[in-house]
Amino acid sequence: MELKELTQSSGEWLRGNGPEADIVISSRVRLARNLADFPFISRTTPQDRVQIERILRDSIIASQVSADLLYIAVDELEGVDRQLLVERHLISREHAEGQGRRAVAIDKAEKFSLMINEEDHLRIQVLQSGFNLRSVWEQINAIDNAIEQKVTYAFHERLGYLTACPTNVGTGMRVSVMMHLPALVITRQIEKVFRSLQKISLAVRGLFGEGSQAMGDFYQISNQITLGRSEDDLVQQVSDIVPVIIDYERQARQFLIKESQENLHDRVSRAYGILRTAQTISSEETMHLLSSVRMGVNLGLIADLQIADINELFIHTQPAHLQKRTGNELGSSDRNIERARYLRQYLNREDGAQRAEKN
Amino acid sequence: MKCQQCERPATFHITELTGGKPQELHLCEEHARTYLTSSSGGEPAGAGGMAAALAQQVQQMAIGQTAEELAQLDQQACPVCGITFYEFRSQGRLGCPHDYVAFQPQLEPLIMNVHGESEHVGKRPRCTPGSSEKRTQLIRMRREMKESIENEKYERASELRDQIRRIETGQAS
Repeated sequence: MELKELTQSSGEWLRGNGPEADIVISSRVRLARNLADFPFISRTTPQDRVQIERILRDSIIASQVSADLLYIAVDELEGVDRQLLVERHLISREHAEGQGRRAVAIDKAEKFSLMINEEDHLRIQVLQSGFNLRSVWEQINAIDNAIEQKVTYAFHERLGYLTACPTNVGTGMRVSVMMHLPALVITRQIEKVFRSLQKISLAVRGLFGEGSQAMGDFYQISNQITLGRSEDDLVQQVSDIVPVIIDYERQARQFLIKESQENLHDRVSRAYGILRTAQTISSEETMHLLSSVRMGVNLGLIADLQIADINELFIHTQPAHLQKRTGNELGSSDRNIERARYLRQYLNREDGAQRAEKN
Repeated sequence: MKCQQCERPATFHITELTGGKPQELHLCEEHARTYLTSSSGGEPAGAGGMAAALAQQVQQMAIGQTAEELAQLDQQACPVCGITFYEFRSQGRLGCPHDYVAFQPQLEPLIMNVHGESEHVGKRPRCTPGSSEKRTQLIRMRREMKESIENEKYERASELRDQIRRIETGQAS
């Protein structure tokens, strides 16, 4: 399978189904692992990294984690292709912008990705549409066990799995859900939610994880503590809080419908209108408007769009996806024009069946 | 980039999401420490993650210790990979698995700060690395090989390369 095939299919997190999919976009678990016989990345020589990559590549293939695996040498990719992988949530920005020999192995459904030589030697990630943490944990646990049979991980009797950054030591596990919380933003309650999450050691981050800003009212909620709790407990901790936030968001949406139905409907309609007719539009504005439209679809205020359509628009209006689509290098203002053209074409089709296939 | 509160270089770059709009801060170590420890207030110490924990620890270390003693702590190096504690503090990343042993006295309070716990209770690999000594031997040998090459001691380097290969294939069987 080739990289360009990815752009023609919809990734896992785009499916827009799964439990509570109106508010929970995706559930994700990440494990950080290092080989015992090598220094951590910051002290590796280029030769070390070549060796680490070879060892892990062989182990991943030998452990048969997927029937249809795509293995990509990230250091050999062009910038736009690396950016594409970031936009599809398959590699982190750090991995795309890193130096030296590094790679990623992904399955065709884009449910899991294994990054080699990112912050740690191996970072396994499994994600699934909707609120599904238990299932995701079971899948990633199986992958970890399969690879662990082929290599020796750095592990300390008392401290657990050893990682380059002490904030990941122990389980090396990050459990997170991506949630869409536009009503909590509009009703100015989002800050209160942040503060209460911080009090129970949960972190809140923007759309692309660590170090990013919150765009399009998307927030990633994850555990901060990785040591001293079992993996099951960490999954439970996040799983327990998600329904509470879902409830807050639903209540805020109901409040908006009850108290200012006209304003809400107007906001959503205007957003939809701009997306359908703009001649040039930035990705920030697109995110912002799509967020309103998404809420509108959830609340039944917009009838002729599906959630899967919206999710697809989020991805395909991103810079690298646009460039792959047109096949040209596009400067910023050209991209804005192209983005607007793509949106007009997509949203103004009269026959819903003509829309891009939903997987 | 300069610190937003003084003329020193900014080594901490913080994005705050607690307000309505995300706020970007660029601060030197001292002002970052002040900012992070003052805003932590009653919240768990791990709230600011690694940066806050490091800043807090430096502050704690500074209490009752002279600048000289602090400098000495910073100079401590891991015998396996050679990273100094100061280098770790600057980049926030450790050099090799053995650092957790070599820097144990400094890391323990830091880990406690971040996680509120100090012992792993989760899953374990089916086969553990065995004695830490044997595992780190390979890391140490690779480092020595690299240094031999840098110092143009090629005979020593190829000796080490052969030894490493023997150990690696020995383990593969």
